[in-house]
Amino acid sequence: MDLAPVLVVIVVFQVGVVHQPLPDLFGLLGGVGLTVLGLTFFVLGLEQALFPLGESMAYAFARKGSLTWLLLFAFCLGFATTVAEPALVAVADQAAKVAADGGMIDADPRSKARYALGLRLTVALAVGVALVIGVIRIVRGWPLHRLMILGYLAVMTVTWFAPEEIIGIAYDSGGVTTSTITVPLVTALGVGLAHSIRGRNPLVDGFGLIAFASLTPMVFVMIYGILTI
Amino acid sequence: MNLWGDLVGAVRDVLPIAATILLFQVAVIRRPLPHPGRLLRGLVLVIAGMALFLRGLELALFPVGELMAAQLTGPRFIPAGARPWDYHWVYLFAFSLGFATTLAEPALIAVALKAREISGGAIHDWGLRLAVSLGVALGLTLGVYRIVTGTGLAVFIVGGYVLVLLQTALAPRMIVGLAYDSGGVTTSTVTVPLVTALGLGLARSVPGRDVLVDGFGLIAFASLFPIMTVLGYAQLVEIFARFRGE
Repeated sequence: MDLAPVLVVIVVFQVGVVHQPLPDLFGLLGGVGLTVLGLTFFVLGLEQALFPLGESMAYAFARKGSLTWLLLFAFCLGFATTVAEPALVAVADQAAKVAADGGMIDADPRSKARYALGLRLTVALAVGVALVIGVIRIVRGWPLHRLMILGYLAVMTVTWFAPEEIIGIAYDSGGVTTSTITVPLVTALGVGLAHSIRGRNPLVDGFGLIAFASLTPMVFVMIYGILTI
Repeated sequence: MNLWGDLVGAVRDVLPIAATILLFQVAVIRRPLPHPGRLLRGLVLVIAGMALFLRGLELALFPVGELMAAQLTGPRFIPAGARPWDYHWVYLFAFSLGFATTLAEPALIAVALKAREISGGAIHDWGLRLAVSLGVALGLTLGVYRIVTGTGLAVFIVGGYVLVLLQTALAPRMIVGLAYDSGGVTTSTVTVPLVTALGLGLARSVPGRDVLVDGFGLIAFASLFPIMTVLGYAQLVEIFARFRGE
């Protein structure tokens, strides 16, 4: 389901616009097959095991009423889901390859792997911090747009100082963090919290965690870029 | 790297999630795990799925994305000394790719259904999904145009932020959180590698572009524009509702 429209676009453009048969059709189909199979297993496994558990824990923490433990859990959840994010793994590897080609880091596999891992850890740290801020916002009932304005100002300020090469990667990592694993988990956390705290509206207060998780990685990765050069 | 290497990598990647939840379950919640057998089965599925996914990505999607970008920006489509308009097939490809991948995005479907449920039907899930898909398509098209012309990324993003802030001031308050969230939801495990490959391939093909400076940044556009289209969608819904009310 996730891949069908993508395949249609690629086939239509390849045959209709480029007027060429697809090269290495079997390797391509095999790879697409593996990806579909992998994604199916992945989502199936998440729904069977991790989603129900993560959701029930979000409610359990809300009922327990200890803010410290809740914040610690939010941080760990953000960090752990992001470190394991396949899309981030893919982009970090691409970024390391490009950085090595551009002479920013050594071209040997070890320093490329270290750069990619550093990038992943930075983004994961940023998402952890984002969830902590977002959870505090839901608990205290702060308006979302004020915090977002502050965040945007931070992004603009750090962009001013960051080396040009890192800016694109940094802006991209904001969108990369939050995909198939993170989104349902984090949405369940936010909406569950807003449900269980009196005076909070799930629609107004429950959403917004993902927004923070997309914002802080930009700032953190640019700081990573400033520090590693 | 072979499949075994991918498998070991996947085990290492899933461990932090499992460890976090286990640790808090045992140390803080202090209740036995529900359905340990099902949990273990799911974990095995997650690990196997991630290994297969990464392998397939390396085999098929990354090469295809780069190939399409290379073909569409090659000399058959783009004569020497081409002006930005000569890249129109690339723009159309970026638009279709963004629209198609986002419409089928499972995380977006989940959020849209949740939003409809919570808003009591005031926010229609298909309306939201179409608005987000349109945003991603527009964002990618503009992002590709930026790579072709070589304009600085920060100019567009800062301009986009200003627009988003203006819209936030005007839009109904209940949509704001959802709109900001939909920016992050758009880019799935499938969209991200394809779009990154498109950007990197394009930056490699267009003369005078630095892959590191110009190749990245498409995802940023795909994350920013849905915020605008969703805020705009909410404003339209509100205007229609007022129109009908009078």
